[in-house]
Amino acid sequence: MANLINTFLLTDLLKGLWTTFKNQKPSKVVTEQYPLNRPPVAERYRGAPRLNTHPETSETLCISCNLCALACPEQLIVVTSERNPETKRKDLTTFTYDVSRCMFCGLCEDACPVDALELTQDFELATYTREGQIWDRQMLEEGPLPVRYTH
Amino acid sequence: MAETTLAPPEVQAETLLDSNELVLNMGPQHPSTHGVLRVILKLDGETVLGTDCVIGYLHRGVEKIAENRTFQQFAPYVDRMDYVAAVSNGLGYCMAVEKLLDAEVPPRAQAVRVILTELNRIASHLLWLGTHALDIGAITPVFLCFREREEVLKIFENYCGARLTTHAFRIGGLQYETYDTFEKQCLDLCDLMEQKLKEYHDLLTGNRIWVRRTKGVGILNAADCKDYGVTGPLIRAAGIEWDLRKAQPYCGYENYDFDIPTAETGDTFDRYMVRMEEMVQSCRIIRQAVDALPEGPIKGKVGKVIKPPPGEAYVSIEAPKGELGYYIVSDGSLNPYRVRVRPPSFVNLGALDKMCRGSLVADVVAIIGTIDIVLGEVDR
Ligand code: SF4
Ligand code: SF4
Repeated sequence: MANLINTFLLTDLLKGLWTTFKNQKPSKVVTEQYPLNRPPVAERYRGAPRLNTHPETSETLCISCNLCALACPEQLIVVTSERNPETKRKDLTTFTYDVSRCMFCGLCEDACPVDALELTQDFELATYTREGQIWDRQMLEEGPLPVRYTH
Repeated sequence: MAETTLAPPEVQAETLLDSNELVLNMGPQHPSTHGVLRVILKLDGETVLGTDCVIGYLHRGVEKIAENRTFQQFAPYVDRMDYVAAVSNGLGYCMAVEKLLDAEVPPRAQAVRVILTELNRIASHLLWLGTHALDIGAITPVFLCFREREEVLKIFENYCGARLTTHAFRIGGLQYETYDTFEKQCLDLCDLMEQKLKEYHDLLTGNRIWVRRTKGVGILNAADCKDYGVTGPLIRAAGIEWDLRKAQPYCGYENYDFDIPTAETGDTFDRYMVRMEEMVQSCRIIRQAVDALPEGPIKGKVGKVIKPPPGEAYVSIEAPKGELGYYIVSDGSLNPYRVRVRPPSFVNLGALDKMCRGSLVADVVAIIGTIDIVLGEVDR
């Protein structure tokens, strides 16, 4: 009998529909308006790479040890340096990072002994050209220019 | 529908038009094949006489890549096989290398691993539920499931900085310590899931359309499951209590109290119920693990350079989709000599033909959905 009533009144379907409509309240809307409001990403987010500089002297922290390049599975980091005859240390000359091949695994960041290389919270990495994906030292130190999208 | 027997067409076709049989390609761009699976269907009217899977559209040679990477470097690649359950993949791989190295993993790392893999099981099942319901024609669940899955992904993002291809574990333990609100977020998620699972049951379980579309569809009984080597929710839905977390506990699963949900007939509806119940059990495990989260180091004694002694190791874990195995051969160098993965989706997909025969074309979609395949893992 109960089954028959169910068949006529479609209570089970209405129950489902009610669940659907319960979620229509504006307070329950979870959609993020992405280009307008940039969603906050986690502190540990692994995004655009950055080569840290000393906050006061703005000299690079990198000691050109090449460990990041060795740790990278994709071998996309190229570090060149020259030996400074005075200090007998290696000075960083160029640092190239091919973002297009990077999978943001974080192994390079973990490998760096002086926390010079870091993956940051920037995630907008699109460029118009392929060459634009290959970041040089200057770009890595300054980071990508923040873009404001409007429509 | 499933009772239809397979009779060859009685009348021998004289011309092409007389023939009742039709060969139809489904996929690789069909939205309900969950990626790039191509199924060649042999049809008699609406009835499926046989199927043939064509795979390999997403083949990236992951096993070959492993031979050219060091042990640590290969770890991010395993996430890209079953990208829906990247954490489980990472766990399986790390455990296999740890077995080669004979390395100990500290208890805190073990517990965090359990929490994250169970969270991943919830995320994977939620994605399955959403897309499976969408295939069958219920549009709402996918939005609700993705909303809850987002909460799980947020925990992953906070923990390790990535949402999907997490690379959360390292060989020997963990790279990252848990963050301040980790425990609270996990417990909140369990509460949320228990509440939302009710909502899903309201939407689907009693719904007569859902029941009609899933009951008795794609039956795979216990004997067939064993014959095909099917694992995971598929074999549990057929009534066999087989769960590697209980059968050969790893990562300290023996310390947690949980049940293995099973069902009887092994049809699509049973698999749905088993997976729904598994999410409840995962919440139970997460609660226990968070409550008893031990203090201590998170990384065992493994060197910076990982160079296992020559030998081989096979480790299998219970991934959301079934038994996920890693077989690694080391020749004593920095790179693995050979890595072989036993992906659950690939093996489970083998039973597709058995499940589809005699059913209708529309049910094939339901059956592909119920196997819960991820093509990244099938093709590797
Ligand atoms: S994040 Fe991974 S892939 Fe990218 S540069 Fe670093 S090590 Fe290489
Ligand atoms: S590991 Fe760090 S210090 Fe060494 S080369 Fe790379 S960025 Fe520089």
